[in-house]
Amino acid sequence: MNVNRLMAHRLFWPVVMLVVLLGINLIAFPGFFSVQVRNGHLFGSLIDILRNGSPTLMIAVGMTLVIATRGIDLSVGAVCAISGAVACSIILGSPDPGNPGTVAVAVVVSLLISLVLGLWNGFLVAVVGIQPIIATLILMTAGRGVAMLITEGQILTVNSPPFKAIGSGFFLGLPIAVLIAAVIFVFAVVITRRTALGLMIEAVGINPEASRLAGVRARGLLITVYVFTAVCAAIAGLVLTSNQTAADANNTGLFIELDAILAVVIGGTSLAGGRYSLFGTLIGALVIQTLVTTVYTVGIPPIVTMVFKAAVVTVVCLLQSPRTTQLIESARRRNARRRGRAVTA
Amino acid sequence: MTATVVTDGSPVSAAAGRVRGWLTNPKYGPVTVTAVLLVGMFIAGASRYRGFTNPQVIANLFIDNSYLIVLAVGMTFVILTGGIDLSVGAVLAMSTMIAASLLQAGWPPGVIIPLILVITSLLGLAVGLMIHYFQIQPFIATLAAMFLARGLCYVISKTTISITDPVFIALAQTRIPLAPRLSITPSVILALGLVIVAVVVLHYSRFGRTVYAIGGSEASGVLMGLPVARTKVLVYVVSGFCSGLAGVLYSFYTLSGYALTAIGTELDAIAAVVIGGTLLAGGYGFVLGSVLGVLVLGTIQTLITFDGNLTSWWTSIFIGALLLVFIVLQKVLTARRT
Repeated sequence: MNVNRLMAHRLFWPVVMLVVLLGINLIAFPGFFSVQVRNGHLFGSLIDILRNGSPTLMIAVGMTLVIATRGIDLSVGAVCAISGAVACSIILGSPDPGNPGTVAVAVVVSLLISLVLGLWNGFLVAVVGIQPIIATLILMTAGRGVAMLITEGQILTVNSPPFKAIGSGFFLGLPIAVLIAAVIFVFAVVITRRTALGLMIEAVGINPEASRLAGVRARGLLITVYVFTAVCAAIAGLVLTSNQTAADANNTGLFIELDAILAVVIGGTSLAGGRYSLFGTLIGALVIQTLVTTVYTVGIPPIVTMVFKAAVVTVVCLLQSPRTTQLIESARRRNARRRGRAVTA
Repeated sequence: MTATVVTDGSPVSAAAGRVRGWLTNPKYGPVTVTAVLLVGMFIAGASRYRGFTNPQVIANLFIDNSYLIVLAVGMTFVILTGGIDLSVGAVLAMSTMIAASLLQAGWPPGVIIPLILVITSLLGLAVGLMIHYFQIQPFIATLAAMFLARGLCYVISKTTISITDPVFIALAQTRIPLAPRLSITPSVILALGLVIVAVVVLHYSRFGRTVYAIGGSEASGVLMGLPVARTKVLVYVVSGFCSGLAGVLYSFYTLSGYALTAIGTELDAIAAVVIGGTLLAGGYGFVLGSVLGVLVLGTIQTLITFDGNLTSWWTSIFIGALLLVFIVLQKVLTARRT
């Protein structure tokens, strides 16, 4: 394939970023790429990246679709906290916390609650017509209050092997969290690419008015997208809570909305809505998790990570902005003109 | 305020028409509803709880929320232009961290406070430039600033730093008596002073009129030759400055710096402004309305404290609910107009 065409591919830069980050890790820690089999499970830094990045990926998949409709969902972190709080309080309240049935009930109930939360966001955005930032900002802050009410202000620690398996268990040698994220990702890809759903989402994002005239039912579509994101966030919340074996209403999923938005933006989906790329989001999520891992392996204090992420989001936004394109374009034209003059002279 | 109300000429229905016109006017309607709500909440509180009518309760509303008044003033400027600033809570936290850590390092307060205001104003400037010149949506630019500021908080320190500086303690503990058994803090005077400055700037300066004009219609503002670019960037500088000042007041209030402090304060500030009658789309609103909005939020908090049966987590839920009610009210009012 032609190099220029390869460079023009929208996933080119995200993949380059990922490769560079992995390269830094390999230099800093030569055993980075080794994956071993221990007790029938896969172990290694790469597997850790996949596992730790899976909650972000789950949310980012939903966020991609929301952003494609010109929306944003700031409430995902709060939804994580609520679902974790609900599941843990059900497991704690049952006489038999280790019973898989109890855990199944807890999971189903928290997913149903997230469905309601998603409907609420979708209702505010699609029916009431509030800007998505404000609509989801309400749940972002009020949601933490709700989670606090459910946990009664305590950190709920659960001791339930089936629940712990969600976040740290293995199936067929792979971490269960990774498998869940993979299922969500494949589901989203199939349903948006094998049906007209993806096309309609893009249509609404590019021009809501024109798509309405063309007969796209934006209202139901928007609600579906917000519900899907909330369910993704709830699953991610369960994985996070299960990993820590505790529900912490204040800290579960704190700032995960930034990671999700960042993954989407790095993946080349424009915040202005319209065209989106789920594969880009996958790479974006991996870039973020690799960035975090790099910070650890290179020995930078982990607390600086957030500043890094903020910087990356800013830079990527600046690169995406029409103004930058304009500046680059005019610089290139000036260069070309100069070269042209040199040739004629 | 509309002359289109149909009346049959009788003075009663004319008055009713005028009231209806007033209430359905996007400029005065929401703020009137807020004022009525505030009075209603006070009557409800006074009838249910003993000691609610004590004037010090009202003074405490101002004392406990002086930082929020300052934040709301900055946010009013931003929302009037149709923008939004999600970074105020994090910038406030960052200011408390800067104050606490530099005081610990032995810097004089006279240097620290101006330094904080300069830093936060510059951050606001950067955000404003990103929004105007690079056409990045305000929420994403300020969201990035929010995470940057929170990240910097962690970089400064992960643990709480307490403030032991005598000047800060003096400013925190001074009580200015207004009447027997009624006093306020210097922070209240500062916050109210800022409110007066903001009112004067918004209503009697060219900058203020441009702020309203941008909110009404940015394109018209450009066509009229107003300094739209400068003004749009400046409102974020104002908001950054206010966040820094609010952080200073907050560090007087808590006498400590903590990285996770004031999470969700951006919602409080936005809620105060919206409840105070400023239209989220921009163009309509008053700083004094935002002060009323802060008082409503403060009164909710006070009612919950007086009640004793409700936990403090209900506050954020109530605020979210009230914000929603007012946004819907705005929707209804503006939909009628157009």
